[in-house]
Amino acid sequence: MAKVAVVGAGMTRFVRRAQETGRELAWQAARMALDSAGLTLKDVDAVVIGSAPDAFDGVHMKGEYLSDGSGAWHKPCIRCFVGGATGVFAPIQGWYHIASGQFDTVLVVCEEKMSSTYPHPQGAFITIFDHTTERALGPNLLWIFALEMNRYMTVHGITKEEIALVAVKNKKNALDHPCSQLQEEVTVEDVLNSELLAWPVNRLDVSPASDGAAAVVMCAEHVAKRVSERPVWVEGVGWHLDTAYWTNRDLYYPRYVEYAARMAYEMAGIREPRKEIHIVEPYDPFDYKELHHLEGLLLCKRGEAARLTADGVTQRDGDLPVCPSGGLLGVGNPIAAAGLMKVCELFWQLRGEAGKRQVPGTPRRGLAQAWGDLMQVGTVIILGV
Amino acid sequence: MSVNIKEWPGTALGSKDLEEGRVLTVRHRVRAEYAWDAGVAIGRYLRELKAGRLIARRCRGCDRILLPPRMFCEECFRPTDEWVYVQDTGTVNTFSVCYVRWDVARLTEPQLPAVIHVDGASPGMGIMHLLGEVRPEDVRIGMRVKAVWKQVEEREGAITDIRYWKPIAEEVG
Repeated sequence: MAKVAVVGAGMTRFVRRAQETGRELAWQAARMALDSAGLTLKDVDAVVIGSAPDAFDGVHMKGEYLSDGSGAWHKPCIRCFVGGATGVFAPIQGWYHIASGQFDTVLVVCEEKMSSTYPHPQGAFITIFDHTTERALGPNLLWIFALEMNRYMTVHGITKEEIALVAVKNKKNALDHPCSQLQEEVTVEDVLNSELLAWPVNRLDVSPASDGAAAVVMCAEHVAKRVSERPVWVEGVGWHLDTAYWTNRDLYYPRYVEYAARMAYEMAGIREPRKEIHIVEPYDPFDYKELHHLEGLLLCKRGEAARLTADGVTQRDGDLPVCPSGGLLGVGNPIAAAGLMKVCELFWQLRGEAGKRQVPGTPRRGLAQAWGDLMQVGTVIILGV
Repeated sequence: MSVNIKEWPGTALGSKDLEEGRVLTVRHRVRAEYAWDAGVAIGRYLRELKAGRLIARRCRGCDRILLPPRMFCEECFRPTDEWVYVQDTGTVNTFSVCYVRWDVARLTEPQLPAVIHVDGASPGMGIMHLLGEVRPEDVRIGMRVKAVWKQVEEREGAITDIRYWKPIAEEVG
């Protein structure tokens, strides 16, 4: 397989409602990624677009809708959608476009505009529930998160206070991100005292709804060495799907994340992930999910992620920095763009360009992970320099 | 080059920008109607619900009793073999106390969604349903529950033919 590098990254600010259309946001991020790589659209052989439910925008075939802003016209183009896991799956697709030898340079663009949906983007999620056996019960998206969080807490005896520390950390990290939607530090008490939505989920346990876009440029080795002084290499990729009968699966542990991670670790030749991964950007739409995913990624034992957080290990200057970007909880959660934002963060971190967010100690390898569909898809990418 | 970028694109709007017409929007309501076929397995499941019973399918390949029932086993990738009635009792695997509706309107009386592992199905075979006749603060993972059915004449062959699941009194405490 051909070696593949990331050579450019770009993103828009994440905001609750953007004046720009999805196409304009996609264009902004795509152009920034190309500019940062010193390339133009003429250098791009193929385009990968990632965007989550069409229902957010009320536009059928959103890949086509976003295609001009993504630089896809007159080129081979594919749009992928695996729910929340899309933002890490899109660069995986970029990787195999190039690793196959078919293309040399691929532009990967992820966009989400959740603000278009009324009265609230959560309404767009109703159709994920089975139309015959579940929807008649009047479910909403918070149910499955709340059911999973409760199961996770109960199995391991973890408290809401311990979980709230994740929201506190990520929202604080996001203060240093120039694109961050949230600009306010919070305390554990703030999280616990915020409005109870669906026990055990309070308002500040959840990431905000957002608009935004992110993009990366990926190249084959011979191009990367020509155009970039500091290419960031794709060392491993993994993805995995578990049963969509989500009530037939024990929600306390994300097996699909573990299997995706094992695939990526094997490709990267990683035997001891806890020692060999220097930065982690796990998917954190809810605070407990960061803990849940750290365990699935085999970066700690099951039930131990809360203690790592309490001990400060996952702080930006800790032994295992987790979500130094500020994550979805802080920077914002425009679904597909949020996942790719994590890949952008690794790119900047590994090149030492993350500014105030820079993880100390010259990190050489980072992992980004996302999760989606009906809670059963895991996607993992490992980048290194 | 994160550190070198001074201006980040993306223009944040506030609600007043819309209310006061400083930016223009176009509104549209999608009107779409569907009639979903319940299918072979769930069709029978619904007919049995109307009769006040829960039914599952057995796969002899993996020896699991599958709920919700399916005509093929997704693990063995072979047809399932027979219909098996299961009980209308079970155990709460996890639950929530939800104060928010699908459109994020707030509820004063919370809903109590739960995953219920049904007696007679294989371990781990849960279904999503609602709890009732219980105070939210009294619900526990591991709590034993029983289905509360609608009256026969009210049933329509739907998952809502079970109103909710209530704690089994004799097992409380």
